[in-house]
This record gives sequence, structure tokens and C-alpha cells, in this order.
Amino acid sequence: MGRHMRYSGLKVFTEGLFGNKGWKPAWRTPAPKPEYDAIIIGGGGHGLSTAYYLAKNHGLRNIAVLEKGYLGGGNVGRNTTIVRANYFLPGNSEFYSHSLKLWENLESELNYNVMHSQRGQLILAHSDGQRDALARRGNAIVNQGDDAELWSLDQVRDFAPYLDYEQTRFPIYGGLMQWRAGTARHDAVAWGYARGADRFGVDLIQNCEVTGIDIQNGRVTGVQTTRGPIKAKKVGMVVAGRSSQVAAMAGMRLPIESHVLQAFVTEGLKPVIDSVISFGMGHFYISQSDKGGLVFGGDLDFYASYAARGNLPMLEHVMEAAMTLMPMIGRAKILRGWGGIMDMTPDGSPIIDKTPVEGLFVDAGWNYGGFKATPASGWCMAHLMATGESHEVARRFRLDRFRTGHVIDEEGTGSQHNLH
Amino acid sequence: MRIPCPLCGPRDRREFTYYGSDDYLNRPSPDAGEAAWDDHLHLRANPAGETHDLWYHEAGCAQWLRVHRNTVSHEIYGAELVAGRKGDAQ
Repeated sequence: MGRHMRYSGLKVFTEGLFGNKGWKPAWRTPAPKPEYDAIIIGGGGHGLSTAYYLAKNHGLRNIAVLEKGYLGGGNVGRNTTIVRANYFLPGNSEFYSHSLKLWENLESELNYNVMHSQRGQLILAHSDGQRDALARRGNAIVNQGDDAELWSLDQVRDFAPYLDYEQTRFPIYGGLMQWRAGTARHDAVAWGYARGADRFGVDLIQNCEVTGIDIQNGRVTGVQTTRGPIKAKKVGMVVAGRSSQVAAMAGMRLPIESHVLQAFVTEGLKPVIDSVISFGMGHFYISQSDKGGLVFGGDLDFYASYAARGNLPMLEHVMEAAMTLMPMIGRAKILRGWGGIMDMTPDGSPIIDKTPVEGLFVDAGWNYGGFKATPASGWCMAHLMATGESHEVARRFRLDRFRTGHVIDEEGTGSQHNLH
Repeated sequence: MRIPCPLCGPRDRREFTYYGSDDYLNRPSPDAGEAAWDDHLHLRANPAGETHDLWYHEAGCAQWLRVHRNTVSHEIYGAELVAGRKGDAQ
């Protein structure tokens, strides 16, 4: 570990004194070896965290992460950076609770500043029924061991005086606050896990697209790539956004339809929005980045798409929701809008499971929830790949749960891919 | 995005409600078994490129359309009425 540099305040200070000439690349750029003990397809947040925990928790060292582009170039760089653990159903509840605990220790774990900020998330209620539902959800969150506070209208008004309380269409009745929720610097999460995995000797191989999965007698034996064949007895597909294409190389059809989800950011403003705020009457949620931009997102465009950009109808809907909730936002200028490709499953919950092919594992179907799941997804996928058994908090994320009827339908909207 | 409805002509995407892949047209028989129904309801080829999927012209002629389009470029190649398909027993 001698060649690895430990980051610290003192290091920043001393490097500043000597012209910042001592910084080294955060990870190596190795050529692929002919064979590994385990291959992770996909160098995004989840793939990198899977590799990290395979090495850290399970002692594997001969691991490669194969990335067709550059590390963190997919959905981990295209989300709205929100971290929370306010799910209701068994399956999601314990998984996201575990993930939030990992987030809280992530920076010291990785020796990397992921700018995790527990600034809270406030979900608003706009009717008596919605307030009752939030009370029920809050109780479930407290029972899972996490925090939730049911706020009255006055408490919400004190906290966020800029919301439109006077409008008659969607009046605000109260809200549910989770203080331990917040945001993190999304790219840094990928980079931190990449650097951490590299320290354990994991080969991070970029510009290496997997073009085939080799299977003999029902067992995986390796992969074909644009940089030649690589053997491995264990292969993990961790490629949310392209899961169907990679699984097709193993002859599988997944319970996934891909949809585009848009997000937007305004010009940088002085601090105005303290926490994450979620509108209850339209799919709209907002926070303020440390650079000052208001980051907000909406709902799916609702039809299958791989275009990493959205269309105007949903953009219009999001802007209308924004103006309804906080009219002051009309003074801000939108700088950018973009889209991420969501693996949408028929119940809105993810998959971490074995496949019918021995040695081939799948981590997919993250819907809108992938970013906050990054630590626990890797933790549980690594556990599965190392031990062959599902981790306790991910045991309900079964690939076959739609066939068997054990769905985890958090929104209760039914078994259709674009309804979650 | 505009969808060329065979009855109404090119119309804005907002007039349509999306349902999903045209796999939904190939409904198995009631006794086809769990695997066939799982395949029909949940499993998808989910192509990045050309696809056929189902759209309901809710704010137009109230017909179901099978639309041939591209999921990467959002280009639309054509649309046909589900009710008018050749060889469709139902």
C-alpha cells in the first residue's frame, strides 16, 4: 500500500506550499489480464462499490471492473444526488436503511470527500389522506430504526417560508421530515469507490466494452471484450441503463423496460433551499447544490427510451410543478436539462440475484432509486458473488419475484414498467 | 415527438397514452402456464434501437396503435391500427 497516497487536510496544505506537484493519479490504468477470479461488468457507482466490497469484505483480490466508456460516466453522473431511507415496504425498508448507515461512514471508509450532507428531506402533504399516509410511512421508518418527524403546517411554514401556502389548488397540510436524508457529490462517490477498489488491487479497465458472455454447460466461463477475451468463473452484470443489452448476451430477457428521467439545474444562486423538498402533488423534488444551482427533477417521460435527454411535455410538467410549489423559482434561469436511462421494473424495486447461468449474477432494475443505493447495492452484490447467498437485507430483490408474485410495489401502482 | 395516426394524421405525443411493448398483443392462453405469462407480462427484449410498442390515441380517435419507432433517436417510422392488423385472430 506504500504507493497509495492518503488524503488529508495536512496533505492539501503541504501540497499547496510546494506547487501541488506531489499529487498522483487516484488509480492505475492497467491492461486486462487473461483471467480474473471475478469480473464486474460496469464501472458505474454500483459496479465500483461491488468491486470495493468484494475486496474489502470478502478478501478477493483478483478482480476486474470492465467499463465500456469512462468510470462514472453513466447514471451515477446523471442523477439528482439525493440520499434517503424513507421506504415503507419490507425489502426496501431494511435495504435502504442499511445503505444510509453505510453513507454515514463513507467518507472515512474511503478516505475521500464525497460531500455527503445530511441536510434533511421534507416530503409535503396536500390533503388529509396524504398526511395520514405520511404518518403511517413515518411510523414505518421509525420502526425500521431510522428517523422521521411528522410536521404540522406551522412547522413547514417556519422551515420553508417561500413555498406557496395560499394557493387553493394544492394547499400544504404538513410534511414528513427525515433529517438524516440529504445529498452527496455524485461523481465523487464513483471516484471514491474506484480509488478504494484500486487500493485493494482491483483492475479498473476503461474503454473495454463487453461484447459477449461465454457460457459452457450452463456455467459462465468469461467474457468477450473489445480488448480481447477475459476468463472468469464469476461475472456480475452491474449495468443499470443497459441491463437488457448485457443480459441478452447471456440469452436472457429481464423484467425491465428502459425509460428516460429528466433533471434540471438553474444558474448558481445564494443559499435559499436548505434541504431536499418533495412536492406531494406532482413528481417534483428540489435541492440546492453546494455550487448554488437548484437541482430538480420530475417524472419519467413514460415511454421506453434510451435517449439520454428528454422531451418537452415532461419538461413543461416539471416547470409547472415548480411554479406551483415555489413561485420564486420563476426568477431563476435554467442552465441545463439532461436525462438518465432508468431500468424500470414492473414493481419499481431493484434486482440483486443469481441468474439461471451458474456464476453469472445480476444487479439491475434500480428505477429512480439507484444513487442512494450505491453503497448497499455493492455491499449486497459483493456478498452474493462471494458467498453464493443473498445478503439478508437484499434477499427479497429476487429476479423471479414477478413470476412468483412476491412483488415489492412501493407505490401500489401495479405491474407495469412505466407506472413506478 | 409526433405520432402519425392512421386515422387522424400526425399528432402531438401528448394526445397519446403509452402502454408498453407490443409483446402485450401476444396474449398466451389462460392455461399456458406461469413461464409463458411471466414472459408476456414482465420480461422484455427492451431494445436500444428499433422497437414496436403500443400507444392509445386517447385525445383523438380512441384507437390503439402499434408504433414502429427508435428508442435511441426518438425517430418514428410509422404506425398501424392494432385493430386492423393482418392475421390477428382477436
